[in-house]
Amino acid sequence: MRMARSTRIALVAVVLGIATGLIVFVGMAYVRTSPPTVDFATGHRAGQAVNVHMQTVGTYGKGTHPTWVSYLIQDPKTGRWVHTTLLDVPADTRVNFTIYQFDSGSPLRNQQVGLVQGTIGGKMSVNGKSLRLLNSYSNAGVAHTFSIPTLGVNVPLLGVSSPNLCGVAPCSTARWPHNVVRFSFVTPKAVGQYAWQCFVPCGAGWLYGNGGPMQTIGYMDGLLKVVQA
Amino acid sequence: MAETNGSSSPPTGTTGSGTPEPPHAKRMITFWLIISLVVDVLYYTLAGPHMPPGDMTSAASGAQFDLNILMICALPVILGVWTYLGYALYNFREGRPGTLLTGPMAHGNFRLQVGWMVGTTVLVLGLFVFGTAELIIPAGAGGGEGPDPIWTPTSHTVLPIQVIGQQWKWTYRYPTYGGFETTSLVIPDNTTIAFHVTSLDVIHDFWAYQLGIKADANPQQDNVAFTTTHQLGQFTVRCDELCGLWHGAMYGFGHVVTKAAFAAWATRTEAQLAANTKLLPPFQWTYVPDANGADGGYYPDNVDPYSKVEIYGAQKAKV
Repeated sequence: MRMARSTRIALVAVVLGIATGLIVFVGMAYVRTSPPTVDFATGHRAGQAVNVHMQTVGTYGKGTHPTWVSYLIQDPKTGRWVHTTLLDVPADTRVNFTIYQFDSGSPLRNQQVGLVQGTIGGKMSVNGKSLRLLNSYSNAGVAHTFSIPTLGVNVPLLGVSSPNLCGVAPCSTARWPHNVVRFSFVTPKAVGQYAWQCFVPCGAGWLYGNGGPMQTIGYMDGLLKVVQA
Repeated sequence: MAETNGSSSPPTGTTGSGTPEPPHAKRMITFWLIISLVVDVLYYTLAGPHMPPGDMTSAASGAQFDLNILMICALPVILGVWTYLGYALYNFREGRPGTLLTGPMAHGNFRLQVGWMVGTTVLVLGLFVFGTAELIIPAGAGGGEGPDPIWTPTSHTVLPIQVIGQQWKWTYRYPTYGGFETTSLVIPDNTTIAFHVTSLDVIHDFWAYQLGIKADANPQQDNVAFTTTHQLGQFTVRCDELCGLWHGAMYGFGHVVTKAAFAAWATRTEAQLAANTKLLPPFQWTYVPDANGADGGYYPDNVDPYSKVEIYGAQKAKV
């Protein structure tokens, strides 16, 4: 049976429409791919501090970029480590950070980021010891920083001095050598997104260490999303 | 030949009714001169003082002056176009019988042609000379002049500030206050500043908007820009060279304060940061990053950083 010309045109149009839609859908899905956001704001009560737990690993160990250095955030509701650098925190609230640092360190390219700044008391605690400054030329150097330039927050993270480092995230504090860095700051009253990052050019293998994970949200760059709880 | 509405082949330069053509050119030019004068005066007195980037520094007020001069030259041009267009639309419109549909032919008018060529040539060449001179005055007009500036300020007590760009923030070193490095940019009023702009990684661009300062930050290059502060207040600093993921967050504020407040701030900050300053590399105009990535250190280029005039605030002789 021979189809009418109009039917054939309609059929071709429908097929083309579906194909175009699929291409656009896949393209947009790829472009809009984003790590998940860990929520520390929902259910928050005024006056209550928020506790954020993170870890830094020398190599994420799996996925698209297994050799990239990365941050992870622990979901407060499930306790699971999430491969992301996006987090929601309530406005005008004290946030207590605990970072489990599993990576090795080195002298800083710019020792200026060895200063602890913008935290409550202008200090941090490293394995229980209070510090205002990390000399990157001594001990194990600095592995990474947790820095929010627009809020003036900068915390250098002491490197791990051990040949036996965790290579696949999430890393267990019971098994792998690490440093525990604690600090707190108060989130701004204004809601908004505040870019945070590592200031150690730790993208090994990239020119000057600034490529790869240093330019990618979900690895060494993130957003502190301050919201009304 | 001009055409008329409702009649055939009237003589050029007359209406269809035979009345002599009014002096269109004189009318237009007279109207244009008057309105240009009025608009220029209104612009210069009312809008001019408020044009960006303001007059916080010599470079900023220079840029504002340049913008105002360009506007004063440009306004008569656009008013001339509008005057001609409006006059033609009104006088040569298709309306009552006997009116001209096109005006008298202008080609072959020697005075008009010469006037047009002379006028536009004077305007363009004048602005070229003016713009070139203003790029130089004062002391490079706030733009980066490279490591060896041709146009230098006359002051003999210039405050040097090193501006260091890195992905993604600015830090500032004050060599005449012990070389401390900070994320705060504070400068004194009524003082000539030499911004030495460099980068630790990729190309950035230091743009202190209200100061009228804009200089590329290139790795291993010392790009110098001068200005003299005139007003107290806050100014914005941003990066104006797309430099990566958080380029848009490379944004902050600086402050022009009194000389006394600056001295107090600089002395206090020098003391507060003394422990970290000891760990910084010796002050140099440029630093060479380690190309191997995370493995640290930035290294001096071993060029004497101290000049004979950039000594403002120097507690110790560093000439």
